[in-house]
Amino acid sequence: MKPVNHRAWFLVAPMLVLVAFTAVIPLMTVVNYSVQYVATNAQFHWVGDLWFREVLHSEKFWNALWRNLVFSGFILAIEIPLGVLIALNMPRKGWGVPVCLVLMALPLLVPWYVVGMIWQMFGRVDIGLMGVMLRDLGYNYEGDPIDAWFTLILMDVWHWTSLVALLAYAGLVSIPDAYYQAARIDGASKWSVFRFIQLPKMARVLTIAVLLRFMDSFMIFTEPFAVIAGGDPVFLSTELKQTVELGQKAAMSLIYFLIILLFSWIFYTVMTRDDGEPQSPGGAS
Amino acid sequence: MARIDLDNIRHAYAPNPTQESDYALRRVNHAFEDGGAYALLGPSGCGKTSMLNIISGLVAPTEGRVLFNGEDVTQRSTEKRNIAQVFQFPVVYDSMTVRENLAFPLRNRGVKNAEIRKRVDEVIDVVGLGALASRRARGLTADEKQKISLGRGLVRPDVSAILFDEPLTVVDPHMKWQLRASLREVHRRTATTMIYVTHDQTEALTFASKVVVMYDGLIVQVGTPAELFDKPSHTFVGYFIGSPGMNIVPASLNGASMQIGAHVVPLASAPRVDGQRKLEFGVRPEFVRLGAQGIPATISRVEDAGRYRVAHLNMDGNAIAALLREGEEVPASPHITFDPIGVHLYADSWRVDVAGAGAQ
Repeated sequence: MKPVNHRAWFLVAPMLVLVAFTAVIPLMTVVNYSVQYVATNAQFHWVGDLWFREVLHSEKFWNALWRNLVFSGFILAIEIPLGVLIALNMPRKGWGVPVCLVLMALPLLVPWYVVGMIWQMFGRVDIGLMGVMLRDLGYNYEGDPIDAWFTLILMDVWHWTSLVALLAYAGLVSIPDAYYQAARIDGASKWSVFRFIQLPKMARVLTIAVLLRFMDSFMIFTEPFAVIAGGDPVFLSTELKQTVELGQKAAMSLIYFLIILLFSWIFYTVMTRDDGEPQSPGGAS
Repeated sequence: MARIDLDNIRHAYAPNPTQESDYALRRVNHAFEDGGAYALLGPSGCGKTSMLNIISGLVAPTEGRVLFNGEDVTQRSTEKRNIAQVFQFPVVYDSMTVRENLAFPLRNRGVKNAEIRKRVDEVIDVVGLGALASRRARGLTADEKQKISLGRGLVRPDVSAILFDEPLTVVDPHMKWQLRASLREVHRRTATTMIYVTHDQTEALTFASKVVVMYDGLIVQVGTPAELFDKPSHTFVGYFIGSPGMNIVPASLNGASMQIGAHVVPLASAPRVDGQRKLEFGVRPEFVRLGAQGIPATISRVEDAGRYRVAHLNMDGNAIAALLREGEEVPASPHITFDPIGVHLYADSWRVDVAGAGAQ
């Protein structure tokens, strides 16, 4: 047997230090806060799971969590099919390809807060283009939570559907022509081509798209903050901002974090369970 | 099942072809008889795959007509032509099991379940996928995936023809023999027209009863393996078929004899050939004899190919290969003679028929 040279571990050390400073230490600080009461004189008192119990018994927390889930549900239900539909209809060659790609990428380049500001103005019933147009239908995002919901979802769809479309497009263009030819030989319908060729080939990138859009929409903060400035609807992130006690904030953060982790894990496990063994080399090229 | 006619097919991939070199298929006229087993043989880029895709309707030819049983199908879609085609690299539906993959072409055409089950079971036997039948296609090896592709090509009983586009490229050598034998067996049983594209002469000669040799967008010869060997109608056929290929040497014509450098090889009769054409003399290594008389040459090397040996000689600057018979010694100062039945004359690369070619 070859002797094992443990000095190789030293090569990993810089990375461990980096990860410690970027992730582990900040996270553990939060864990530390979550089990203490911080008095005004900067004295820390051990309180055990008090803050966690408080958060889990808070009606506001559960309402915000529920709202977040519904919001993410809407976002995924709209953006994923819409993005795939757009990708299916994007040109595959010619001058249309770069034009489409640039147009699609534009919303992704706008900073979150600016997106919020754009829609905040766009939707205003006194001067906003959309607000004025919809005013007669009774639209007013500042007074009506349903309208605020509608505005936020529309804004997110405008901002992020491109990401899904671009990812799906990347999956689509990687399908070799032979697959479409074989489908014609086999007499497959358009739906069968989508169901058995395009969708399976897009599955991996769509997993990424679903994860990214879920995490991002679940953590949404900047845009509602810009549009409705802490009004209704209240999301977990905005609720978190309004919480005063440091320990309670920490406990809530941890719960929030664990929920995102749990959902991401569920999505990932469900969407990749069909993968089976890794792809064999060779394959279609 | 169908007879397939290609009538003056020309094809260029770029629009508005202006010159001959723009065409991937320069002009093809050929009839594939109903129930025949054909091999399309030629080097990469000679137009084999284009021709196959034109037959199946995946590609529409720039000019010409495709006829199935005398009926013009040039404008008909792939689906309506009812053709099976197997591609060079495996195409499988990842999310389906092996069995579902094989049933897919039948299911799309509304075949009854009982019939589907029967056909799929048969095909699973033919391609040897029994152990994997209910496995998902995604995790299989390239070999196994290609067997699925092959199986999907064989599963429909009523196709006009089955086209194979170098189907065994990714398959292990030992399995190639087995699968080719299975294909031949299927052909014998069903008498479906089969066209098998390959660039491997062994594969072509063992699969097909008729071999169609293509070169540079043209069909240069159609014949049985023996015809391709005995009377190659184009220098390419001579060179491409046989191992080693035919010796081809520039020559000129002098009445009823060929002039090769300073030497004369007599012909049986004086062929009528336009003096402007480039003339070449061709002889397979099997018909080159070494002895004490004839045209002097020098040995450059002797190659041992296992069952036989090949002597590579230099004859006035022209390379000549000669097959040595078992136990045959290479003479110290070899002289070359040619067996008259193996001597061919080529004008602009095409064979000139010389009635009973030259006696020595």
